[in-house]
Amino acid sequence: MQAVPAWKAALLSLAILAVFLGAWELALKAGAAGGGAAIDPEYAALLGQAAQQGGRTPMPAPSQIAVRLWELLRDPFYVRGPNDQGIGIQVAWSLGRVLLGFLIAAVVAIPLGFVIGMSPLLNAALNPFIQVLRPVSPLAWMPLALFTIQDSSISAIFVIFICSIWPMLMNTAFGVANVRREWLNVARTLEAGTWRTAFRVILPAAAPTILTGMRISIGIAWLVIVAAEMLVGGTGIGYWVWNQWNNLSLADIVIAILMIGLVGLALDRLLGLVQRWVAWQE
Amino acid sequence: MKPYVSVEGIARRFPGLTVFQDVWFGIARGEFVCLVGHSGCGKTTILNILAGLDSPSDGGVVVDGQEITGPALDRAVVFQGHALMPWLTAEQNVGFALSCRKPGWGRARLREEARAVLAKVGLEHAADRKPAMLSGGMKQRVGIARALAVQPKMMLMDEPFSALDALTRGSLQEEVSRLTTEAGQTAFMITHDVDEAILLADRILLMTNGPEARIAEVLVNTLPRPRIRATLHHQPGYHGLRDHIMDFLVTRSRTLAGAPPEGYDPRDPPIVRLAE
Repeated sequence: MQAVPAWKAALLSLAILAVFLGAWELALKAGAAGGGAAIDPEYAALLGQAAQQGGRTPMPAPSQIAVRLWELLRDPFYVRGPNDQGIGIQVAWSLGRVLLGFLIAAVVAIPLGFVIGMSPLLNAALNPFIQVLRPVSPLAWMPLALFTIQDSSISAIFVIFICSIWPMLMNTAFGVANVRREWLNVARTLEAGTWRTAFRVILPAAAPTILTGMRISIGIAWLVIVAAEMLVGGTGIGYWVWNQWNNLSLADIVIAILMIGLVGLALDRLLGLVQRWVAWQE
Repeated sequence: MKPYVSVEGIARRFPGLTVFQDVWFGIARGEFVCLVGHSGCGKTTILNILAGLDSPSDGGVVVDGQEITGPALDRAVVFQGHALMPWLTAEQNVGFALSCRKPGWGRARLREEARAVLAKVGLEHAADRKPAMLSGGMKQRVGIARALAVQPKMMLMDEPFSALDALTRGSLQEEVSRLTTEAGQTAFMITHDVDEAILLADRILLMTNGPEARIAEVLVNTLPRPRIRATLHHQPGYHGLRDHIMDFLVTRSRTLAGAPPEGYDPRDPPIVRLAE
């Protein structure tokens, strides 16, 4: 592939966005002009305000979403009771859960993966468990977590933990097991000892692979938190999406999707930076 | 009295295959010994056994009166593919080796000493570069510096220059010749470059082809030191040595492979000293 100037790509991106939003806006305008007449007047009376919109909640236009986004972002951290909190607070709750679950998973998975990678016996012994548990949807753990932990918030963190542990565990074990033989031989001829070899040779050699696992994990964790919070409720961006669905505020849901995407991107980029930092090139 | 290093009847056997067996030789303190032979005769295995990275199926190696059981700082290895850690700079690669030898040294001391060793191989200016930013010859220089840094009693080199172009190889050979002669370094090197062996070695072990390879004879290098690579081929006796090794590699390594000649004693292979 040929390299293209960044500004060209950016310009095209903006153009695509403009066309997409413009088409969306126009399609809704055309739709609104056509419909809305065939409603039973009595039903309209029952529905009240909603009847003016033809009995349906209209899909919000990009311009309306932008207005709503401005409203939300002007005061993202307000708290007016348990069911009315700013979008910033909700994202912060989700981020907190994800980071906590992810960190606990990293603390467990990286040392364990290290040991598994160093010991072919443990690797073979634990492999069946990992293979069976890895493909399980993390949400399947939710009932068990709720039953044993009896706390919905901690259960959500547990679900994040259980979903982010596998990629980190497997990548760490793989990276450690595949450290170049010759580097290990160098360490051996230098009588480097177990700890020095582990920290000065194996860890840096496996670090890029470990970071890849961490990047996959945080991506999955951020995917799962939305679903988990829809289930456990209370706070968080997932709960907020569900709440706005119940309120039929579609604009808020579109905004939430945008937020989830941006935060996910930021998390990935953050780990990408760390990955660049530990990367080595032959 | 036993030589400093005594290789005693080592063999490498796989089920149904004996790569080499009954290999006996010694290396005196301060001596430079080269092992020459075709691929597949188990040269690298012999070096790895000397390094302690591998163990023989039979026999053993005694260094300084002690049978070796594993790798040790006393025996530094220069690996064929340099084996530098790509995440460390040249200086840190050498520093890592130093820190293994001198666990008590602080960062500043390690830095300083690592730079001093790099200066010995003419790489002070590249100390802060990572291996990816070094040429093949420079990488191998760092590999040599790393081995020298631990002040080993013996240097083991596994075809250290085989991946380099002829010019670079030449200057590195001279460098190694200078460094080992200066320090009276005991060294064992595997090579299949005939000139390299003649330039560096005091004695050249000639190995027959595998399987069941053995040391066919020991060629004494009678060329006086210091040897200069540029003028080596003008030295009297050079062509005799070269022809002898070439003949061995081309034909005798093969013809001698199967059956040892009458009166061959693996513990004391014939010593060849060419007449001047």
